[in-house]
Amino acid sequence: MTVSPDLVCRDLVKDFDSFRAVDHVTFEVPQGSFFSILGPSGCGKTTLLRMIAGFQSPSSGDLLIKGRSMLGVPPNKRPVSMVFQHLALFPTMNIGDNVGFGLRQRGVARSEIKARVTQVLERVGLPGFSERRVEQLSGGQKQRVAIARCMVLEPDVLLLDEPLGALDLKLREHMKIELKALQSEFNTTFVYITHDQSEALVMSDKVAVMNHGRFEQIGTPHEIYYDPKTAFVAGFVGDANRFDAKVSAKSGSALSMVTEAGTQIEVETDASNLSVGQGAEVFLRPEAIELAKAQADLTVKTNTSVGVVTSVFFNGANSMVSLKDAKAGMSFNVALPQTGAFADLQPGDEVYTSWHPAKARCYAHDGA
Amino acid sequence: MSSDASRLGFYLLIAPLLLWLVVLILLPHIGLFAVSISEKTGVREYEIGFGNYAAFFTEPLYWRTFARTAIMSILATVLTLLLGFPIAYYIAKLTRGRTKTTLFLMCMIPFWVSELVRTYGWMILLRETGVFSNALQYIGLTTGPIEFLYNDAAIMVGLVYTSILFMVVPLVTTLDSLDDSLIEAGYDLGGTSFSVMREIVIPHAMPGIVSGCIVVFMLSLGNYLTPILLGGKDSLWFTGMIYTQFITRFNWELGSAFGFLLLALSSLVVFVGLKLSRQSLTETMGR
Repeated sequence: MTVSPDLVCRDLVKDFDSFRAVDHVTFEVPQGSFFSILGPSGCGKTTLLRMIAGFQSPSSGDLLIKGRSMLGVPPNKRPVSMVFQHLALFPTMNIGDNVGFGLRQRGVARSEIKARVTQVLERVGLPGFSERRVEQLSGGQKQRVAIARCMVLEPDVLLLDEPLGALDLKLREHMKIELKALQSEFNTTFVYITHDQSEALVMSDKVAVMNHGRFEQIGTPHEIYYDPKTAFVAGFVGDANRFDAKVSAKSGSALSMVTEAGTQIEVETDASNLSVGQGAEVFLRPEAIELAKAQADLTVKTNTSVGVVTSVFFNGANSMVSLKDAKAGMSFNVALPQTGAFADLQPGDEVYTSWHPAKARCYAHDGA
Repeated sequence: MSSDASRLGFYLLIAPLLLWLVVLILLPHIGLFAVSISEKTGVREYEIGFGNYAAFFTEPLYWRTFARTAIMSILATVLTLLLGFPIAYYIAKLTRGRTKTTLFLMCMIPFWVSELVRTYGWMILLRETGVFSNALQYIGLTTGPIEFLYNDAAIMVGLVYTSILFMVVPLVTTLDSLDDSLIEAGYDLGGTSFSVMREIVIPHAMPGIVSGCIVVFMLSLGNYLTPILLGGKDSLWFTGMIYTQFITRFNWELGSAFGFLLLALSSLVVFVGLKLSRQSLTETMGR
């Protein structure tokens, strides 16, 4: 017996008057998993989520929840609940009435509503909060109430529309971990949309990267980060140095390329459709570049060059330096090793860099 | 030095308001109250007493007119609310941008014309030889002319029409401030249109509903023109009765007593309304 996935989108399209917001999107989300849709603002992810919730109807394609088509089913009849961007807690009701709202709509007996509200508030770590007013709660507590309000209905799928966007950084970091914990606690399917890659990478089982209404790639956070399938994914997820280059020689998976600035680089890529003379975009993560104060100290001996530090971006463990290549004048960012070995770098210092050919990703230019 | 200057500025700024309150509101009321508690015993002879107020309660015409005015005003307020709420909801929640501005303006435009002219407009429509009567005869629904004027329904139409703007404006303002996602959340959690309206929209709009109702009630209660013109000489509106005492009967003492009774009535109804809706005056009128 095969278990049907909680949520299936088949060839989903949404056209607005002048543009296509969602363009042939197909994906499945298995039961109990945390699925994120990551994309820049305006990529269509909110429209997609609103279609799943039922606030907008697709122009074509099909949407199934637990194997049942949701086309034409109004939002109040769908087995999904949504945590809104600004949470949308009802300010005219206390916490208990907020959480009990959905149960009241279903005509559940008053005593049972009370019991279930108490229980779900305990599960999200807010016991005894029933009588409080919405404005008495902190940002993180409101967040948990919003989730409790949905979870008390035991939905098949919980939709989350960038709920962490309004929180300050410290709380956001904390809520990421908490959301993931709540998800495994309730064992409900979560569909989470965000433009914040770290939210998507930390919490998700699967991430879909969306751009211009299309899914560029669906994969585990690890795949998305280390094996981006398109130039957009490589540039959007994580930091990357990007340069344009032309293929000058090819043997198997090894490519020799010349950057626009005239530097010769060696790149290794599998299943590359690039041919000699073709232009490509090359992406290289700042942490993939090795730094040394003397050329002999470099452990990787390929793609070595010497550069001058132009600026230092101190950001604790994520500190970076910006380098300018001494010969070609090309600038790129390099992550500082977390051992603190290069903590004393100053603008103007000369350093040696190198990187392994397999660390770079390259993609043929669109239309080139 | 500078504090002296700022204090002077403060008094200068508050002076017009104080003048307004004292000269135009406080003093006339004190004067009127003094007149209302003086009983005429002979030519230019008065003594202090509550005989005028007693006259009101002993003469059934007076207090029945009083009660009738109150009930009709409450009814007009309820009708205005029932009619104004869907209009306000439509303008605030279902339209955007230009359409919204246009609709709002369309509600406003009739109020650029004087109330007198608008009321005569209704008379042209409703009178025996008016538009409605002629139209009904033309399409053959009736054989003779019909008089729509000079009855309670005509008064009610006039009252609702004159005051609907004062209901729509506060309602649009409060409904505008209701976040659409709250309504969506209501549906998402399984709410029906009815329950979303009852549990989310109306509680949110309550301050607007109450402030609109207070204004409309006051306007209806104190309206003189509409009941007289649309209701005719038998309209029996309490303001008309006050007018009669002052102008026709030249009985200022009784007229003043009526004025104070009307003031007491409107204050009482507003107070009860606020208590019933659990709103406070500062919350509803202060924004």
